[in-house]
Amino acid sequence: MEYVLLIISAVFVNNIVLTRFLGICPFLGVSNRLSTASGMGGAVIFVMTLATLVTYLVNTYVLVPLGIGFLQTITYILIIAALVQMVEIILKKVSPPLYQALGVYLPLITTNCTILGVAILVIQNKFNLMQSVVFAIANALGFTLALIVFSGIREQLEFSNIPKPLRGAPIALILAGLLSLAFMGFAGIVK
Amino acid sequence: MNQWENFTKGFIRQNPVLVLLLGLCPTLGVTSSALNGLGMGVATAFVLIMSNAAIALIKDFIPDKVRIPAFVVVIASFVTMVDLGMAGFVPALHAQLGLFIPLIVVNCIILGRAEAFASKNTLLASIIDGAGMGLGFTFALTLLGSIREILGSGALFGFKFISGDAMLVFVLAPGAFLVLGYLIAVVNILQKQEK
Amino acid sequence: MSKTPSTFLNMALTLFIVTLLSSTGVGGIYESTKEPIAQAAFAKKTRAIELVVPAFDNSPLDEKHVIKIDGDELVFYPAKKDGVLVGTAVETFTDKGFGGRVKLMVGLLPDGSIKDIVVIEHKETPGLGDKMEAKKSSFTKQFQGKNLSDFKLAVKKDGGDVDAITAATISSRAFCDAVKRAYQTYTKDMQQ
Repeated sequence: MEYVLLIISAVFVNNIVLTRFLGICPFLGVSNRLSTASGMGGAVIFVMTLATLVTYLVNTYVLVPLGIGFLQTITYILIIAALVQMVEIILKKVSPPLYQALGVYLPLITTNCTILGVAILVIQNKFNLMQSVVFAIANALGFTLALIVFSGIREQLEFSNIPKPLRGAPIALILAGLLSLAFMGFAGIVK
Repeated sequence: MNQWENFTKGFIRQNPVLVLLLGLCPTLGVTSSALNGLGMGVATAFVLIMSNAAIALIKDFIPDKVRIPAFVVVIASFVTMVDLGMAGFVPALHAQLGLFIPLIVVNCIILGRAEAFASKNTLLASIIDGAGMGLGFTFALTLLGSIREILGSGALFGFKFISGDAMLVFVLAPGAFLVLGYLIAVVNILQKQEK
Repeated sequence: MSKTPSTFLNMALTLFIVTLLSSTGVGGIYESTKEPIAQAAFAKKTRAIELVVPAFDNSPLDEKHVIKIDGDELVFYPAKKDGVLVGTAVETFTDKGFGGRVKLMVGLLPDGSIKDIVVIEHKETPGLGDKMEAKKSSFTKQFQGKNLSDFKLAVKKDGGDVDAITAATISSRAFCDAVKRAYQTYTKDMQQ
């Protein structure tokens, strides 16, 4: 039962983009087309789950026992960079069209604060392995949800007459603000 | 460009946040008050200057293919040093900034400047570039934080000028998006007028 | 761009050296900040304890004892003056806060009454639940001097004696939950 609460909390109540402010760069950069949005979402789900799993294990069985917890940032970012590199290589072989579609976004996932953010959050929240993995998947789903909703709106926005200074990033941010306001309504449901 | 131009470009013309649209996560995440914005800006500027300097120094020794991992390790170490330093000497600010301190390592500004500038320029130019960009970042964050704090809590740097609360939405998540969006729009208008 | 060719040996060696130097640098800073960090944490805890119990001359942090409850733990910090117990600061928690965990430091006198309560950490909504902080409203003042044997620890809506924070019933209920946990564990502990 508590896993359901964990998932609902991560997807809606504490949505990683709209409440925690992680992943804004890809959020603004990839969300103007529904197809790229879903592609990015899929990549994030895969990388985030894998990254959280590996970093959790390394933290629990290497960093903490050896007392070198202060090397967490360095180790984590290296693991994430290596994982993304691997995903790129595998994707190129297994599904070239998907690789083409994601293009420059894959390496951008490394500097995507969501991956590192979630990896650190599971340690901060003192989750066990199972909870961490569920948390990672849920957050990635929340990210994908926000991304898809957002790109749907932005595709519609192309037909609107937006004042020049607001075009591009400003209107996207204002939209995100309104979406964030809407998601605040979820705040009471995990009680 | 001369060094003065190098330094000032980070302030408005190529402000990392308001023009280049980099480093938006911490910009939205820690600007609920002017002090937090300022603190984060200074911490990031420190990492930016140090990593730009370090990378400018070692750029000739790092083989091309491993330059990104190498840069990332250098950046991550300075971030950890800042993290530890802040925890020891400014614990209250450290607690406020929380998760976003280790996240400085994935702030696209730092890796971006390392790739685009420090790996191709002299030590001095890289330091000045880092300082300019860092200053511009701090400026943007403090500005955003001040606006949000004034509108949302009726205070500035902790000094309240109304009793009770103001328009709280500005201190919460939606407010961050809204204020930044309008701020960038204003910068767009200003830039157009310059031309 | 780089004067070193990308042979496997060069790549592995440079990465190794860079990581080694970085880790050493970070390790050095870690050692030199260990003391200040520990001291900062110590000072923060002591400040919280000082706010909720009468004046003391011992070191409550050194005499603390931990009681496991509800899947987590409460920490008791005894405050003594001239060797006599003048109060106990109980670090308690609740997970029923609107935004998640709320941690309080409850100061209980030997007769079981509350001297004061401070909020150590919370994630409640600014402008609503965060009014449980002493500097934002007088919510916590109503607990001062009350003894939970005759003060009903529930919000008035639930039939108790506590004046809830306006429009923040859930936060207020969570607050009471944390205080109740502290009080019940305290009285059970005193009886042993």
